[in-house]
Amino acid sequence: MKRKTAYLGMMAAAAILLGYIESLLPLYIGVPGVKLGISNLATVFVLYYYGTKEAALVSAVRILVVGFLFGNLFSILFSLAGAALSLLVMAGVKRIRGFSVFGVSMAGGIAHNVGQLIVASFVVENFYILYYLPVLLISGMICGFLIGIASGAVIRRVSPESLKNM
Amino acid sequence: MFIKRKDILLAAAVLAVALLCYVGFRLSAGADPDRAVLTITVDGEEYGTYSLAEDQQIEINGTNTCEISDGEVRMVQADCPDQLCMHQKAISGSGGTIVCLPNRVVLSVASDSEPEVDSITG
Repeated sequence: MKRKTAYLGMMAAAAILLGYIESLLPLYIGVPGVKLGISNLATVFVLYYYGTKEAALVSAVRILVVGFLFGNLFSILFSLAGAALSLLVMAGVKRIRGFSVFGVSMAGGIAHNVGQLIVASFVVENFYILYYLPVLLISGMICGFLIGIASGAVIRRVSPESLKNM
Repeated sequence: MFIKRKDILLAAAVLAVALLCYVGFRLSAGADPDRAVLTITVDGEEYGTYSLAEDQQIEINGTNTCEISDGEVRMVQADCPDQLCMHQKAISGSGGTIVCLPNRVVLSVASDSEPEVDSITG
């Protein structure tokens, strides 16, 4: 139990660090909301190594800390919406047989962007911004896939046994 | 550990949905540039509509400034910390949206669906 607490704390720290690195990498391609989401690496890892509840905990800690350090209440709201939907979808897809970590991570990236877009359209009370949906779907998929490669590599080295259900 | 068939199916399905949305938006927004109208919304309420044919700078509530030039709209000034809206692609008669989330400002271009009035009698 103590060991698990320490590990989760470490994963949260890693996620926060990745979030910081992300904030240093401006990635503007003309559409807001497109980013790599590298802190999701920690979430995917914890999701496989421990489970959904633990991944949710690490995500929540990461969002609050990164949000207060580098963002504002506004960006926290957005991150929470994206992360919550992303984690729900990833946990769901992971339960379905026949998806590897690539599929799980891709679904997570897509869900993250869809969640943020939904919140954004409520915030501005204007559904025109759904215009961004195609770009955000594809960017979420590509970034999710990249994160899937990275998380898969980490999981394989750290804990090959949790790959059994991959 | 390798990519499985369902992963590829998922990717293909998402690509198809994205393509469909893109085509759908293009068809519904595709308009002739002369009749394109810029609508500015703040907090969900319409702030004003402007023709793209006329070059001008529009100040929005003192928080943002957008510019119409050569039939294209871009955000040129914003007082929010992230400045994301200014990095967004210019929008034109083919439709599109620029959003400044912190100030809840939305610029969107659509064709004027109402036919222009030729004359008014009476």
